[in-house]
Amino acid sequence: MEGKIGLERKIAVVGVGWSGFKPFTTEEYRELIFEAAVKAYEDAGGINPRKDVDGFIGVAEDLWEGISIADEYYPDQVGAVFKPENSVSADGIVGFISACMMIQSGVWDTAVVEAHSKISEVLSVNDLLLFALDPVFNRPLWNVDPKTKKPVGGHPYMFAGLEMNRYLAETGTTVEQCAKVVVKNYRNALKNPFAAYGSNLTVEDVICSKVVSHPLKELDASKFADGCVVVVLAGEEVAKKYTDTPIWVKGYGFCSETSWLECHDWGDSVYTRISGEMAYKMAGIKNPRKEINFAEVDDTFSYKELQNLEALKIFGRGEAGKFVEENLTAIDGDFPVNPSGGSLGQGNLFCANGLQKILGVVLQLRNEAGKFQVSKAEVGLAQAWRGIPTTSGAVTILGR
Amino acid sequence: MHFPIKRRVAVVGAGMTLYRRRLQETTKEMVFHAVKMALDSAGLTIKDVDAVVGGSAPDLFDGIHMKGENVITEAGGALKPYLRNFTGGTTGVSQQINAWSVVASGLADVCISVSWEKMSPCHPHPQYAFWTIFDRIIERPLGVNLVWIFALEMNRYMHKHNIKKEDIALVAVKNKANAIDHPCAQLPAKITVEDVLNSPVMCWPVQRLDISPPSDGASAVIFASEDVAKKITDTPVWVVGVGRCEDTTYWMNRDLYFPYYAYYAGQQAYSMAHIYNPRKEIDVFEIYDPFDYKELHHMEGLRLCGKGEAPKLTREGVTQRDGDMPVNPSGGLMGVGNPIAAGGGMKVCEIFWQLRKEAGKRQVKKDATVGLAHAWGELMQGSSVLIMKV
Repeated sequence: MEGKIGLERKIAVVGVGWSGFKPFTTEEYRELIFEAAVKAYEDAGGINPRKDVDGFIGVAEDLWEGISIADEYYPDQVGAVFKPENSVSADGIVGFISACMMIQSGVWDTAVVEAHSKISEVLSVNDLLLFALDPVFNRPLWNVDPKTKKPVGGHPYMFAGLEMNRYLAETGTTVEQCAKVVVKNYRNALKNPFAAYGSNLTVEDVICSKVVSHPLKELDASKFADGCVVVVLAGEEVAKKYTDTPIWVKGYGFCSETSWLECHDWGDSVYTRISGEMAYKMAGIKNPRKEINFAEVDDTFSYKELQNLEALKIFGRGEAGKFVEENLTAIDGDFPVNPSGGSLGQGNLFCANGLQKILGVVLQLRNEAGKFQVSKAEVGLAQAWRGIPTTSGAVTILGR
Repeated sequence: MHFPIKRRVAVVGAGMTLYRRRLQETTKEMVFHAVKMALDSAGLTIKDVDAVVGGSAPDLFDGIHMKGENVITEAGGALKPYLRNFTGGTTGVSQQINAWSVVASGLADVCISVSWEKMSPCHPHPQYAFWTIFDRIIERPLGVNLVWIFALEMNRYMHKHNIKKEDIALVAVKNKANAIDHPCAQLPAKITVEDVLNSPVMCWPVQRLDISPPSDGASAVIFASEDVAKKITDTPVWVVGVGRCEDTTYWMNRDLYFPYYAYYAGQQAYSMAHIYNPRKEIDVFEIYDPFDYKELHHMEGLRLCGKGEAPKLTREGVTQRDGDMPVNPSGGLMGVGNPIAAGGGMKVCEIFWQLRKEAGKRQVKKDATVGLAHAWGELMQGSSVLIMKV
């Protein structure tokens, strides 16, 4: 078969499917995966995964699943039995990029990426987050009370609190501006039928909510949700066979800053900046603000949305807060950000956050977003972060 | 699926730490040592590396959540694209395919693929962690572990082809003897078939000397694009075939006597490498052998012999280092040790050294130009295959 190989090979998203997103689902995670996969295959023109798909990528992290080697449980639900299968323990967008690279290597023509969250089953999310710290250097921060055996002296969100404090101090952004992000995303989520947490809040509600780790308030942090997203990708030559509205992958990038908490830049999102630069270079984008119409960026914490927008060079350093206040990032604004409601409105899906962002961008680009459709959607950007205490993020740019 | 691979990718360096039951080094230090050795062997510095792929099996072993993130700086991935591949036991080879795709797609010119495992922090024994790989509802209440299901598989394999334990024990004897020449090996030994048959029964028919040990260790491999590889070395080892396959999760629905996952993964890699008769066209094999019968089982799956014929080849000495079809000249997991992901990584390192004729005392007798590394894992359901050529 003739076709371009390498980064020149164009790739399209030909199908998306999702299940959830709900604070709690009665379905087992395998049922969530099945539901999302069936929807994605129907969306891709009713493909048969056993015949039409060359390879599958799963995204999973053991301790979120409560299963070691968690990816062993997904081939049956997505139809990957006796097919090439791979799994990455990273963000959903990194799984997406892995599939792109396999297609661009020339080995696969069609690929499926799956990521899910069944976080409602995890009773000890905070303890697990602390387990992600370096056992020698950082975990002693987390003292354990010898009597109760409970961790004392730290909620894992202290890392988000520190980052937020540093970011606010460096850029002059205010707590109110961060609260405005929360208000915007929760209101956007009201228009999104699959968002878990849509509601009509005010800035006062956010600022007056409980302090988790100063200056981070309870409502500044996204709440968790269960759900699954499945994306079908295809190389240029085959994409048109499956859909009339292929959404092209224009560029991607991923980056990790460091494994040392002490050494990372607390005020800036360096990994987002570098992965954004990679993606812009690949997509040939010189002026992201002008050439991209809207973005779904990581907002697991309210300040992250602002920090990431600045790192992506969509707004200048310290300007994002101001623009949010001026409603520039609202659905009907000049540059809509997280029109789907983001992680704050739709729920934090952990490993699946990246695919949730891609789903939001794809629906917009296809004009299928219904009530949360933005007016101009030619090129969109999806960005995700792995959450505290990591410094890994990924970016992908999609376009019509 | 089609294979017009235009961007050739070569392995240009490899390194590994000692494999031991307990290493004093932390995970970060192990990873650093392996990466440093690989970089030194290729004459590169970390500045020359564009991307890093990490690989490690269950987080439960070292008790670090999102453990891929824990070693970014030590693996050389700081401020670079970094991802962790994790497909259970297949990780060691599967991550190399991931790293290969990073270079083959054109995203990077040089990519380090580092695999590590620190099993010793898991108390009282790493085997307990394997209980958590089973289905929460239908299997965990049985209190199963890996030895238990492999005993079932081994029994089925022996029964189907009427294979005796004496034949299977020959694999343990061969691999542990091969490991005597490996400077990193954990359990090199001169043992006899009687030793294996007299060792304690773990879960019939699996006996103590049928199993590879739990280990700590790390290994690293460097992939480079064609133009860069030719500048770095005169003898790049080209990656010519990759294959992966996964069977159903529900192993109780499968006939365990034949590893179809290895068969399909092998077929993909063979067709990509244009290999029609693997037995004749490939010179040296590193086949996943966490249990001695698995080497035989996978030889059949990879079409190196007919079903049930692998024990005969082993008895005739064909798979010895000086034989016609050397299998596991390094000593395999049985001899060198089995730090899950790094075990597969070690196999890729060994093929690299064998094809470059750098294996020293372990060098196979025949002139090896094509080699195959294979790993197997997940819930005994997945395989990945990498074929390399000088």
